Amino acid sequence: MGKFGFSVMETRTVNFGELDNRLLGYVLENEASFLTCISCGGCTATCSAGNLIDFNVRKINLFLRRCDIESLAREIDKCMLCGKCTLVCPRDINIRNVVMLIKKGIVKFRNE
Amino acid sequence: MKAEGKRNIWREYQKEIACDHFYYQRSCIRQNFFPASEKTFLKILRDELGKDIYDDPLHTTCTGIGYHTDVVPFDTIQAVVARHFALMTEAGYKNMAISCVTSFGIYSEITETWKEFPEELEKVRKSLKKAIGKEFEVPANIAHASDIIYKFKGEIAEKQQFELINKQTGKPLKIVEHIGCHYSKMFPSKGVGGAEFPHVLSGMIEEWGGEVVDYPERRHCCGFGFRQYMVQSNRGYSLSNSKKKFESMEPYMPDAIVANCPGCNMFLDKWQYTLAEMQGKTYGQNGKGIPVLTYEELAGLVLGYNPWDLGLQMHQIDCEPLLDKMKVPYNPEDKYLGANKKYIGRPEVAACLA
Repeated sequence: MGKFGFSVMETRTVNFGELDNRLLGYVLENEASFLTCISCGGCTATCSAGNLIDFNVRKINLFLRRCDIESLAREIDKCMLCGKCTLVCPRDINIRNVVMLIKKGIVKFRNE
Repeated sequence: MKAEGKRNIWREYQKEIACDHFYYQRSCIRQNFFPASEKTFLKILRDELGKDIYDDPLHTTCTGIGYHTDVVPFDTIQAVVARHFALMTEAGYKNMAISCVTSFGIYSEITETWKEFPEELEKVRKSLKKAIGKEFEVPANIAHASDIIYKFKGEIAEKQQFELINKQTGKPLKIVEHIGCHYSKMFPSKGVGGAEFPHVLSGMIEEWGGEVVDYPERRHCCGFGFRQYMVQSNRGYSLSNSKKKFESMEPYMPDAIVANCPGCNMFLDKWQYTLAEMQGKTYGQNGKGIPVLTYEELAGLVLGYNPWDLGLQMHQIDCEPLLDKMKVPYNPEDKYLGANKKYIGRPEVAACLA
């Protein structure tokens, strides 16, 4: 806040031309069912971790599509891989696989 | 589309602006931040255009800032506006010239309310009569001061001393025009060109030789927003809006910004200082800021007035680069001398703007 008592909020506009979407491509290539996600939030509602801590599975999709890797890495670390989200998904998306692919992808692309 | 069809459509976007005999309604904040703009407007109308305009010392603020921050109720602001109309009626005028875009929005809102709900008008008439014994007529024509300059832009061009041309390159100056939201976004029919194609400032720029910059966030709000800047911790919203505009206009390398609203002028000028202090970022071509002018200051420069008489020394962003491009003569030693030639002090400047 400094001496002004307020600060600049960075714009939330996403410029698709400048995004590094390698991770998104990697996940969709290896788990195509994730393309069918309708963001219903069933996964978040049933999430064991989410009932105890500030964790939102649905946000994973949002961060991934915005290519916000930092937020995604922070969020994905909270998952316990119990797989309840996969059981309730109306689109039969293998969410646990999505989580694993994101974890692998983050390491893979960070080192490239 | 045929040219005739285009002309017919464009005709619907015009507003009626009175020719002469104006009652001048000053702004409260402009007199602090751009103190010579209103004086310049009166001088241009009286001395250059030979018009009759009455500058009434009795009128007060329109209380628009209080109204938009929910401090002043609608009934109260109606009474204040009615008093101004009463002063205008007493002075024998029917056409109102308003300096401030907020006031312009307020007068438009209230006169439109009276058209839709005549009982409100009757209530205000009774209240005013009972409170101060005054009666009033609703103005025949309400124009913003920039409308009047727009109407007479051709006459000003005939007396033009300096064109809006970069004399160093011979090309037109690239100028960003910014219209205050309350000018035509509230009541599109009250502004020249409506809310979609506001032409009031771009018309002036083109007439006087400049080139208007068409950039992606051209119609974005400057961020002034009364509720945003009144509370210190909310000012980040205001600043972020301005930053969005600066980021968007930066690649087009504008030579200056012209605005017709006191708040836009103030924040587009002062937030550049704030962003320079906070983030060390400037948006002008020379690694400094982009000068921000009022339309009166622009008209004054075009007419060859002394830049220090126009109050350009009161700006946070130095206007000298623009003056150099236009080859407007000025004496740097006179910059911080007041009307009585006394030193008026020098504003603090961010390190990267110095």
